[in-house]
Amino acid sequence: MAKKEVDDRFKKFGTVSFTAITKTNDFISYLEKGKVMGTKCKECGAIYFPPRSDCSKCFNSNMEWFEVTGTGRLLSFSELKYGPVGFEDDLPYTIALLDYDDYKVFGRISKDISYEDLDVGMELKTEFNTLPNGQLSYVFKSP
Amino acid sequence: MGKVGIIGVGQSSFVRGYPGSIRELAFEGFKEAMEDAKTQIKDIDASIIASAPEYDKQRSPAGVIAEYLGLIPQPTFYIESVCSSSSMGLRVAYSMIKAGLHDIVAIIGFQKMSEISSSEAQERMGRGADIQWESPFGTMMPAYYAMYARAHMAKYGTTGEDLAKIRVKAATYGQINDKAVYRKSVTMEMFTDPESNISSTVAKPLRVGDCCANADGSSCIIVANEEKAKAMCDKPVWILGLGAASEAVNMAGRDLFTGLNVGIEAGKQAYKMAGITPKDIDVAEVHDCFTIAEMMAYENLGFANPGEGKDLIASKETYKEGSIPVNIDGGLLSKGHPIGATGGSQIRTIVLQLRGEAGEMQVKDPEIGLTHNIGGVGLYGNVTILGR
Repeated sequence: MAKKEVDDRFKKFGTVSFTAITKTNDFISYLEKGKVMGTKCKECGAIYFPPRSDCSKCFNSNMEWFEVTGTGRLLSFSELKYGPVGFEDDLPYTIALLDYDDYKVFGRISKDISYEDLDVGMELKTEFNTLPNGQLSYVFKSP
Repeated sequence: MGKVGIIGVGQSSFVRGYPGSIRELAFEGFKEAMEDAKTQIKDIDASIIASAPEYDKQRSPAGVIAEYLGLIPQPTFYIESVCSSSSMGLRVAYSMIKAGLHDIVAIIGFQKMSEISSSEAQERMGRGADIQWESPFGTMMPAYYAMYARAHMAKYGTTGEDLAKIRVKAATYGQINDKAVYRKSVTMEMFTDPESNISSTVAKPLRVGDCCANADGSSCIIVANEEKAKAMCDKPVWILGLGAASEAVNMAGRDLFTGLNVGIEAGKQAYKMAGITPKDIDVAEVHDCFTIAEMMAYENLGFANPGEGKDLIASKETYKEGSIPVNIDGGLLSKGHPIGATGGSQIRTIVLQLRGEAGEMQVKDPEIGLTHNIGGVGLYGNVTILGR
């Protein structure tokens, strides 16, 4: 009997991925095409980022993908001097949250923006990137 | 339906590297509570065991601990809401007693953070949030609270100096609490002295001095229905109000970054149930896992208006002699934060305060006290109001 193929695309997300199998695995395929995507409920129009495969507003699983475009306002950020196991080579790095009004995106600030230049309220864009270890991710950059 | 009273409280010393097993650690807090309650094992109808399971090697610790404490064949089970586990345990015990299912219930919280190696702990810390969408960016607890601190600073002009004042207060009382893990003084100067470890950055803008002390420890609260509490205890402390709430695990699912919604929501519920307002609170224990967390608790619980927490600490109103004394046992910052034991330890402190038995930490004649216990980064919140 042929071995059942396992769709574990999500293990490619971030410096260290703690999830391999999810119904939102297409997120990774879009990342490979350079696109950061969220989901939208086809029934009630609810918008989700991070993407979800099920809508908790109307209990439907009929979702479509939309692309994160334009800029979001920097809500907050922090530069880490210590990281968990597996993130040592990335240090120091800055985690942050952007507000796109209809949804928010959590991620990291690009290393080409210095910490001193960051300010709550500034506009940043979300862009796909490939990490030094070959993993896929996205990063916040100047527009 | 009658009231539910606390008839016994106990806790172990909070220490680094407890020289014993988790069942032996749990025994310490339980023994003290049993002696305090002057009750017998056969009188305890059920036990609730609380901890954060990621630090435990033992699978399903409730049965193992209940057996060691002599609490079999009574029912026992496990409750988990990370750092607020034992407060959630108290909530469940309250509802079991109100339902008439049991007369007396013991809530035993414990955590042996040193049960796992520091590299194992580091690995688990990376999974403390949404493991699918946020942990892959390398998140840590201090960094999440640092994001709240940054947002608070941006909106209200709060400074690192304002936050440092909260740690200085905690260390003032940690020194007079013989159960505290951190018994040393912390000064404002240490936060700006590059030679001092206190000033060293963990996650900007938080420094080592802004972060709580990890510890091993246990706590125990014994609760009884009104009839039993009155018959067995000279000074029962009554549960007047209970609040509990939850929040989106990922930051992207939230809408407030200058406070914790769970603290606000759980506080509202507890005040309403007790029929009181923040002004009625005489003494409080709040969840100061980081200095910014205590600052937000002042504002979320209504001790200060949003943005004015810094004025409350600057005027020393949260010191022992102030209008609303907070964390007069050293708090999580200095007493220590053995996750599953923390809520029970907060309850114990308030019970001792209301009985007038807090020794050097005693606040002048309090009648109503409050505990505020947060799980995760504002993922869960419990607020409990107690009265004489």
